[in-house]
Amino acid sequence: MAEQTNTAPLSSSARVGVLTYLAISALVFVLMMLLGLVMRLAQATWLGVPPNIFYQVMTAHGAGMVGISGLAASAVIWYFLQRHVSLTVGILWANLGFFLLGVVLILGGIFLGGYAGGWTFLFPLPSSLASGWSTTGAACFLFGLLSIGVGFLLLYLDFARAIISRYGSLGRSLGWPQLFGRSTDAPPPAVVVAATMVLIINIAGILSGAVVLTLILVNLFVPAFAVDALLTKNLTYFFGHVFINATIYQAVVAVYEILPEYTGRPWKVNRIFLAAWTASTIMVMAVYPHHLLMDFVMPTWALVLGQVVSYTSGFPILVVTAWGALTIVHRSGIRWDMVSGLLFLSMFGWSVGVVPAIIDGTIAVNQVMHNTMWVPGHFHMYLILGLVAMLFGFMYYFSNQTSGKRNLDRVAFWLYVGGGFLFSFGFLVSGSDSIPRRWAAHLPEWVAQAQLSSIFGAIVSVAALVFAVRFLTSLGNARTA
Amino acid sequence: MIQDTVFVVTIVLMLVVTAAFVLVALNASKEAVDYAPVQARSGRTRVAVFWTLIVAGVLVTVITTLDLPYAATRGNVSADAVPIDIEGRQWLWVMDETEVRAGDTVVFNVSAFDVNHGLGVYTPDMQMISQTQAMPGYVNSVEVTLEEPGTYQLLCMEYCGLAHHAMTLPLTVTE
Repeated sequence: MAEQTNTAPLSSSARVGVLTYLAISALVFVLMMLLGLVMRLAQATWLGVPPNIFYQVMTAHGAGMVGISGLAASAVIWYFLQRHVSLTVGILWANLGFFLLGVVLILGGIFLGGYAGGWTFLFPLPSSLASGWSTTGAACFLFGLLSIGVGFLLLYLDFARAIISRYGSLGRSLGWPQLFGRSTDAPPPAVVVAATMVLIINIAGILSGAVVLTLILVNLFVPAFAVDALLTKNLTYFFGHVFINATIYQAVVAVYEILPEYTGRPWKVNRIFLAAWTASTIMVMAVYPHHLLMDFVMPTWALVLGQVVSYTSGFPILVVTAWGALTIVHRSGIRWDMVSGLLFLSMFGWSVGVVPAIIDGTIAVNQVMHNTMWVPGHFHMYLILGLVAMLFGFMYYFSNQTSGKRNLDRVAFWLYVGGGFLFSFGFLVSGSDSIPRRWAAHLPEWVAQAQLSSIFGAIVSVAALVFAVRFLTSLGNARTA
Repeated sequence: MIQDTVFVVTIVLMLVVTAAFVLVALNASKEAVDYAPVQARSGRTRVAVFWTLIVAGVLVTVITTLDLPYAATRGNVSADAVPIDIEGRQWLWVMDETEVRAGDTVVFNVSAFDVNHGLGVYTPDMQMISQTQAMPGYVNSVEVTLEEPGTYQLLCMEYCGLAHHAMTLPLTVTE
């Protein structure tokens, strides 16, 4: 029996909630891109930025991009998920409240308290007062992250409640009866499967983040409370890896839901699809040791596992989702506009960005690439051309901007593609030249690369500004169902 | 340098992905064809691609894990290796040797005094040849052969605070 989709009008509060998430996200994406550009301009010697300010900007850029990606992606999956299960609108707003409180604390901690310990807050750096920031500044930053985590935890617990009450268990909503059993019932819709995966990994990830944040906060005020640096590193990277990856697994729902509308072809939830999402549930959590390949004291089996799972985690992305997108679009007579264009681009960006990521997961490669520019190279590629393209594609869709200002959109689209690709590719070139990441000042022989990268960074920022303005000026046209 | 090989392999694989997307995009808006045959052909090709990737992945995994850089940390150090203790602290390296001979195999025993650092070993022309993390409470050992005479550089590879970028130390390799 086919599953019924609820296409009843969104409640006013839900509609405004999704719009508010997206509007804040559009603005913050552009602002964070500008902060990123400031860093590249400083490395290019075109902008005088003192190191303490550079590292504050770096911390804000990292925390801001990860946080806003989480917020925007959660709006996408919330919108599609509420068509199938009964979500709590109040929780959507509560999450936003915790998020904004966190943003205030984080910005205060960084720009008033001087905190510049990076968004990954690797212990014991936040507690290191020699670094020049105040205890209060570090505490504000850490409490800010904790507040954001509490909000998201509420949101994903609400997903779990709603899904379990509709499907009976998370196993059922992952389609396990159809995958492992002989059930002939229709499998759950793609968004339900994706939301189940995301809530499982993100609840685990956020709890891990909360534990390590709490440990560091206690240590901050009671230095005698000893915390193990390797343990905190594991907890931090488990949290960070899972959370940023979950953003793209939430936003990809827009591709599953919208490309079929454009092609007239269904995105079929079959056993391969279900197997891919179940495998991703495990692999996204199991792969985090690939961030610790240069921590030689880690058990060898964990590090080899990090390499192997880095390889296998590419399969669901490349062989299932990207392949599915190519199949559904091939000779479909698709109408290209900003929505279909950005969503198709996003599948390209995700797939092409996964390549240098997987290669860096090889221990022998990581030994000369870890913490070089190669790392921001691959993640900027699949975040700019993948995740953010998905999110802007959804914004165009949700605000019904499929007509009007087509020339402006077309120019912005190609500037975004070209600027985004070359900006990210520049990092890869720098990485292969062994240029370290997170350096406020570059050696003279590295400066030319930063200068070229700054130009492409400016181009992609302008294009994103056009997307954001187009969305923000069309809020009144937003979908009502 | 391994970096050159990695770069070329990456470009080739990225081009394959790009070609697939460009090809589909160029034909996508042509007159629509029946979806069932497209799906069937796609499914067959996918099976072939899947198994090709599996075989390639297994081969690469086996080849690249035969020689892991973790032996020295587990106490398996080459007999003729020169041990050097090096400690990272905000924002300098403290090392008990600053000069070795070309061709020497050095074991850097890397620790940290305060926060996390990372030791990157760079050749005189600034290509990284190896690295490991420096962590409070732990010692990571990494074995490196310094082939050519000249001034190698030791760079901090883990963000460690406001003068992270200034945390470099030369290491002289003599004839």
